[in-house]
Amino acid sequence: MSNDSTNTNPLLQTRALSLSIAERKICTELSLQLPAGQCLGILGQNGTGKTTLLHTMMRLRQPDAGEILLCAKPLAAWEQKALAQQLGILFQNTNDIMPATVLETTLIGRHPHLADWQWEKKADLALAQQALSEVGIAELANRDISTLSGGERQRLAIATLLTQEPRLFLLDEPGNHLDIAFQIQSLNLLRNHIEKRQCALVMATHDINLAARNCEQILLLYGEGEYELGKCGDVLTAQNLSRAFDCEIREFEIEKGRSVFFPA
Amino acid sequence: MIQRRHIVLLLILLALTLVSFLISFSSGSASLGFVEVITQLLSPEPGLEQQILYELRIPRSIAAFVTGAMLAMSGVIMQVLLRNPLADPYILGISGGSAVAALSAILLGFSGLWISNAAFIGALISIFIVFGLAQSGRNWTATRLLLTGVVMSAGWGAIINVLLTTSTNNSVYSMLFWLMGDLSQSRTGVLNASFLGIGLLILMYYSRALNVLSRGDMQAAALGVNVSRLRLVLYLISSVLTACAVSIAGTIGFVGLVIPHMLRLLGARDHRLLIPSALLLGGSFLMIADSIARTIVAPTQLPVGVVTAIIGVPVFLLILRNSSNQLRD
Repeated sequence: MSNDSTNTNPLLQTRALSLSIAERKICTELSLQLPAGQCLGILGQNGTGKTTLLHTMMRLRQPDAGEILLCAKPLAAWEQKALAQQLGILFQNTNDIMPATVLETTLIGRHPHLADWQWEKKADLALAQQALSEVGIAELANRDISTLSGGERQRLAIATLLTQEPRLFLLDEPGNHLDIAFQIQSLNLLRNHIEKRQCALVMATHDINLAARNCEQILLLYGEGEYELGKCGDVLTAQNLSRAFDCEIREFEIEKGRSVFFPA
Repeated sequence: MIQRRHIVLLLILLALTLVSFLISFSSGSASLGFVEVITQLLSPEPGLEQQILYELRIPRSIAAFVTGAMLAMSGVIMQVLLRNPLADPYILGISGGSAVAALSAILLGFSGLWISNAAFIGALISIFIVFGLAQSGRNWTATRLLLTGVVMSAGWGAIINVLLTTSTNNSVYSMLFWLMGDLSQSRTGVLNASFLGIGLLILMYYSRALNVLSRGDMQAAALGVNVSRLRLVLYLISSVLTACAVSIAGTIGFVGLVIPHMLRLLGARDHRLLIPSALLLGGSFLMIADSIARTIVAPTQLPVGVVTAIIGVPVFLLILRNSSNQLRD
């Protein structure tokens, strides 16, 4: 079974990873394993380095020590284009100064899959259109991106990421600008996608309940290089969260095995 | 996917280019009709008109086309590189550097080819200074490049003013013509044409990556683009094209700013279409502007830079107005 092979060979793995930014430690000796079909949530206060950690997993920045493996191959050993076929990221901010339509923007997700001089084929176009309809903005395909609302921009970014078809999805604040219904809807969409295709997902967020709802594993950053890593239910406790967010947080069980967290 | 409207746009621009060449060949102090131009071009017996065409008009038209094409392509690239819709080929001070060199050459009594060479060398010096200053450290960001270029530009501007205010009347006249952009002495050789061809080829190779880079450096890097290499290639190509254009015809304004925007508004936002379109429309636009420049107040010739500005300003304002209308939709 492919399930077994992916379990023995996690999609994403870090070995003794140490990372700091401007003298501030983000994590030390972090070793984690993310098998296919699973979702890892990175939680922490503002400025604890969630985004930096994601960018390091994306190879946009180098770790101080240790290594990151994608499909059992060190990140540094990947050829740039091959890496972009496996690894995709949703940034916190999008750039829309230069004019482009929604469909054109979605299609840039196909860039790593196309050869030099090659144009998008019908299949690529179909993929982009399907992604747009999955996030519910198919009717905006020909609109200029500068005319979109914040939420529509976030949906477009998700559609672009789906069009890229990576195996590992890295999401930086996926709930940004989205109303509560669409937060749930878009995360469900991504979850179904990774389960169906044996992909995996890492999301950095400060929304505890969004992470609790979607993630099997949680990495809770305390700052100063300290962290808690483990199963969602083990890490997300009122005590740990109160420490991480430096504010009293209470747990409410809404149904068997499902809790929500609120400040006291 | 290549869409039918892309091909239609390119065909229209190709037709426009041919018509512009005919207009450019036929206009001047000795006016020739289109039919006359064509019969003279093919006539086996050399006459005065044929001599005018082959020795004066055709070289000048080609110089106008190559210059306009280079400026428009360079403008497209600068706008992506700096991610700033108001960028033009001169924004990083290349024109300032070449102006200082060209004006110095005029001041020292040089003429013709020497001024061109001085302009080209001045441009190269400016390119290296800006690049060297902007690259200190590994942060080669659009903002840093833009700031360095704009400040360099201001510095060159001051030196230009010094040169203008301390020169004799005679040379000031030539200097002003150079600064406004003038094609009357312009000739272009195989070298410039091959720069244009090579530039087009390299830009077409990178054109899909340009679409990705338009969405930001980080996004481009995440999609597998080697951003620092691409930015370096773009900076060099855009600079060399601008340096060539400036050495052919001085600093002709508005072509590099307006043509890319006109094309984007016509739907050519994909760089695989935008770059060849800019080449054709930029070339045609400058040929037509030059035809107007040499006929509108004949026998006197206006500097072509004046005409591009007179056409360019209202067109650009119209574009701005339309684009703000679009935002309201």
